[in-house]
Amino acid sequence: MLSVTDLSVAYGAIQAVNGISFEIPRGAIVTLIGGNGAGKTTTLQTISGLIRPRAGSIRFNGEEITRLAPHEIVARGLCHVPEGRLVFANLSVAENLALGAYLQKDKAVIERTREHIFTLFPRLKERLKQAAGTLSGGEQQMLAIGRALMGQPTFLMLDEPSLGIAPRLVSTIFEKIVEINRVEGLTILLVEQNAHLALEVSSHAYVLETGQNKVSGPSAELRDDPRLKAAYLGG
Amino acid sequence: MEFFQQLLNALSLGAIYALIALGFTMVYGVLRFINFAHSDVFMIGAVVGSLLGNHLPLGTWWGGLVCLLGAMAVCALLGVIIERVAYRPLRNSPRLNVLITAIGVSLLIEYLFQNEHVFGAAPRSFPAVFPSIVWQWQGLTLSSSQLIVIGVALVLVVALELIVYRTRIGTAMRAVSLNPRAAQLVGINPNVVVTFTFALGSALAGAGGVLYALNYQSVEPLMGVMPGLKAFVAAVLGGIGSIPGAALGGLLIGGIETFIGGSQFSTYKDAIAFALLILILLFRPTGLLGRRIPEKV
Repeated sequence: MLSVTDLSVAYGAIQAVNGISFEIPRGAIVTLIGGNGAGKTTTLQTISGLIRPRAGSIRFNGEEITRLAPHEIVARGLCHVPEGRLVFANLSVAENLALGAYLQKDKAVIERTREHIFTLFPRLKERLKQAAGTLSGGEQQMLAIGRALMGQPTFLMLDEPSLGIAPRLVSTIFEKIVEINRVEGLTILLVEQNAHLALEVSSHAYVLETGQNKVSGPSAELRDDPRLKAAYLGG
Repeated sequence: MEFFQQLLNALSLGAIYALIALGFTMVYGVLRFINFAHSDVFMIGAVVGSLLGNHLPLGTWWGGLVCLLGAMAVCALLGVIIERVAYRPLRNSPRLNVLITAIGVSLLIEYLFQNEHVFGAAPRSFPAVFPSIVWQWQGLTLSSSQLIVIGVALVLVVALELIVYRTRIGTAMRAVSLNPRAAQLVGINPNVVVTFTFALGSALAGAGGVLYALNYQSVEPLMGVMPGLKAFVAAVLGGIGSIPGAALGGLLIGGIETFIGGSQFSTYKDAIAFALLILILLFRPTGLLGRRIPEKV
C-alpha cells in the first residue's frame, strides 16, 4: 500500500535519513524502531509531505506522492498523528475533532465517525467542551488519534504514541491502535521508542540507526534477535 | 459636553486605527511577521477612493459605498499580489528576511507614489463622496462623516468576527494561527489561508484609508505612515495575533491620542502612543488580550 524507495532526507548538511526503503502491505501494522536521532520522525514527516526529501520515492496505492503538499496527501487517505500530538491547545475537544474532518463534506459520515471515536475513546466525549491543552498527555494522544480518524484515513501513521503518557494509558492506547487495525482494516505505520511494545503489536519491523536501515524482518523474529536485544530491548 | 465631543472624536479615530490594526494582527497570526507594507495599502485605499470619487456623483450614499467597496476590492487584490510576489518566495526563510522585505515593499510603494507620473508628492483633496451633514445638539457637533466612519468600522469588525468564527475558511485561519503544522496535517492548504488573510486584511486597510481621507479630506503618498505605526502600536497593545485585541487597541490608541490632543500636553500626543509601545513591550509583551503561547514539548 505504501512503498518507500531509497529515501534520503537532509537538514542542510546533516543527513537525517540515508537511503532507506520499506514496504507496507494493506492491512498490516508495521513499525519503525530505533533510538533518538535515528531518523524515524523525519521519515514520517517526509511521507506526510511536511519535509521534502533529497532523493528517493514514496508511492501510496501505486501513486507517486513524493512531491505532494501535506493537504493533498491527507486528501488521499494518509493521515499522520505527529510526535508531541500537536492538538490545537486553545480549541475544545469538539473543535479539534471538527478540524480533523476539514476535508470531509458528508455531514452524516462526519457524525458517524465522531460517534465511533467516542466508543473507542469514551474519555473524549466526557471532555468535549474542554480546551485540548488542558487534557492529560494520554487524553491528548486519544484526541490526536481521533482527529486523524475524522479524516477517514485508510492509512495511519503514528509517531511515538506512548511518549510522555502514564503507563496505564499506554496499554489502553495500544489496544485501541490494534483494534483500529483489526476491526476497521486501517493500515498502520507505527514509530515507537518502546521497542518491546512496538514489536508486540506489529507484524513487521524495520530498525533504523543513524538514518539507515540495517535490520528488518517479522516482528516475532526480531524480538529474539540478539542484535536488537542488546541495543533496544534491554538485553 | 466637551468630554462627549472628545469621546465621539476618539471613537471615529480609534475605529480607523482598529481597521488597520486588524490587518497587522491577522497577518501576524498566520505568518508571525509584521507586514510593514500594510500602512501603504491603507494609503492606496485612499488613493483609489479618490480616483473613483472623481468619477462618481458627490454627496450620495450609493456613490460613497461604491467608492468604499471599490477601494476595498483593489486593496484586497493588491495585498494578495504583494504576498505572492514579495513574501511567498521567502516563506521558509528566517523571519528577519521577510520583515526587511516588508520594509522594502513599503518604501517602494511610498516612493513610487511620490513619482509625479504615478500620483505625486503633493497632497490632493479627497472628494466628498458621502453626503455631508452636520448635526448640532446641545453644543455637541456630529458630522455624517464621523458617523460613517464609526458605522462602517462596526459593520466590518462584526463581519470579520463572523468570517473568522463561523466559516470554514475562518476556522482554517484559526487553525493555521494556532499550529501551522497540525493545520496542514488535517488537510488545510496554508497557501489558501495566507492568500485569504492578506485579501481580508488589505480590504480592511483600504476601507480605513477611504474613511481616514474622508475625515481629513486629503490624500498623499506618505499619509499611511503615521496611522500605520499607531495601528501597529494598537495591535501590540491589544495583543498581537488577537482580533478583539486589535479592535480594542485601536479604540484605546484613538482615545489616548484624542484626549491628550485636547489637553495641555497636546504636543506629546504622538510621543505618548510610542512611549506606550515601549511600556507594553517591557511589562506586558502579550498585550491586553493576547495569550501567552504555550511552549511546545
